[in-house]
Amino acid sequence: MIDKRTTIEEAIGRISDGAVVMIGGFGVPGTPFMLIDELVRQNRKQLTIIKNDANETGMGVDHLLSNGQVKRLIVSHIGLNPHAIQMMNEGRVEVEFCAQGILAERIRAAGAGLPGFLSDIAMQTQLARGKPTVEFEGQRYLIEKALKADVALIHAHASDPFGNLAYAASARNFNPLMAMAGGIVIAEAENLLPLGGIQAEAVHTPGPFVDHVVHLGQLTREYGVVRR
Amino acid sequence: MIERAAREVLAGMTVNLGIGYPTRIVDYLEPGLPVCMHSENGISGQGPALSYEKADRNLIDAGGAYVSVRPGTAFFDSATSFALVRGGRLDLTILGALQIASNGDLANWTIPGKFTPGVGGGMELAQKARRVVVLSTHLDKRGCSKIVPRCTLPLTAPACVDRVYTDMAVIDVTVDGMLLREIAEGLTVDEVISVTDVPLLINENDLKTF
Repeated sequence: MIDKRTTIEEAIGRISDGAVVMIGGFGVPGTPFMLIDELVRQNRKQLTIIKNDANETGMGVDHLLSNGQVKRLIVSHIGLNPHAIQMMNEGRVEVEFCAQGILAERIRAAGAGLPGFLSDIAMQTQLARGKPTVEFEGQRYLIEKALKADVALIHAHASDPFGNLAYAASARNFNPLMAMAGGIVIAEAENLLPLGGIQAEAVHTPGPFVDHVVHLGQLTREYGVVRR
Repeated sequence: MIERAAREVLAGMTVNLGIGYPTRIVDYLEPGLPVCMHSENGISGQGPALSYEKADRNLIDAGGAYVSVRPGTAFFDSATSFALVRGGRLDLTILGALQIASNGDLANWTIPGKFTPGVGGGMELAQKARRVVVLSTHLDKRGCSKIVPRCTLPLTAPACVDRVYTDMAVIDVTVDGMLLREIAEGLTVDEVISVTDVPLLINENDLKTF
């Protein structure tokens, strides 16, 4: 099996201006903070970011927002980031809200090679506005479009050189779904194990989904426990 | 009211507790009650909250609190987590509210122009949990009834609420309208009626206090 290890600079260098970028994580757990930091350093602009949330003010995705790199956010919730809410209210970033499980399923559908799916979630709410509906077996449903990305940024607890990934505790969340839905999938890993180092039964994301593996050294402070 | 609402949680249930008062229900559960707590970010069977000193940086609940594992805990991805909700495996959700309408409509995610954090998993919980219970103060911060004839705020889900627990009353949503089941100790029925913006049905022979 091939060795997909690369440097963080080279991996993030594959992202171009205007790219659609999925970023794993739910709050801190599973957010690839160091890949985000490198994306800030390389200063790609006009990005569409797909993530569950916008992290907290001064952390993760918020650095991309502060640096003016984000044109559009597709999220389920940004309540822990007042700065993101302020930018949205001032019209400095477009925000598309999606029900959390529908966001997950739209990503999963893209990763599974499906163009979309039918759902009755949020039908009589604001979130249904502008979405096409269809009658199917006597019921009306929303057509939910699959969500693809040019690049997916993933945080794993462990990887082998082929990109078999394992996630820790609640840090799994959107990561395995996004790892299927990105055109280029870049995984940062806290631990790099040899092939076979992750038991076959314990692999959460199989290597064929992953294009590049970045082994993290010392983690930055953002990965730690947040005292609110 | 939290203590009263905690009696909704029965042995064998899989339960999701919303942010705010609902989360505090765990403090009122009988120790050892065999329930499975679900969190939207991919946990079933989560254990109690932990202090910052004991926290695992990789283990939070959907509200951002650090929680623990216990024997039987499982982790999964976000699609699986909502498959559990939409697929009918969630027996009960207890949610906060901004407004509850007499037909069971729930608004709890946005006040346009003032409060727009996004809905998170609230719509799926409200629409698809087998039983949907609201735990909330009876009045909002300005002293207005949260129980209203029709929600003026954007809906989380239509006709989804089965029962409402407030600091003043326990109210069931029925096909005939809202049925006052219990009132808080020290209050009269008239006091509850006078601050509630919808007519309340009362069964005089079966009205309890809590």
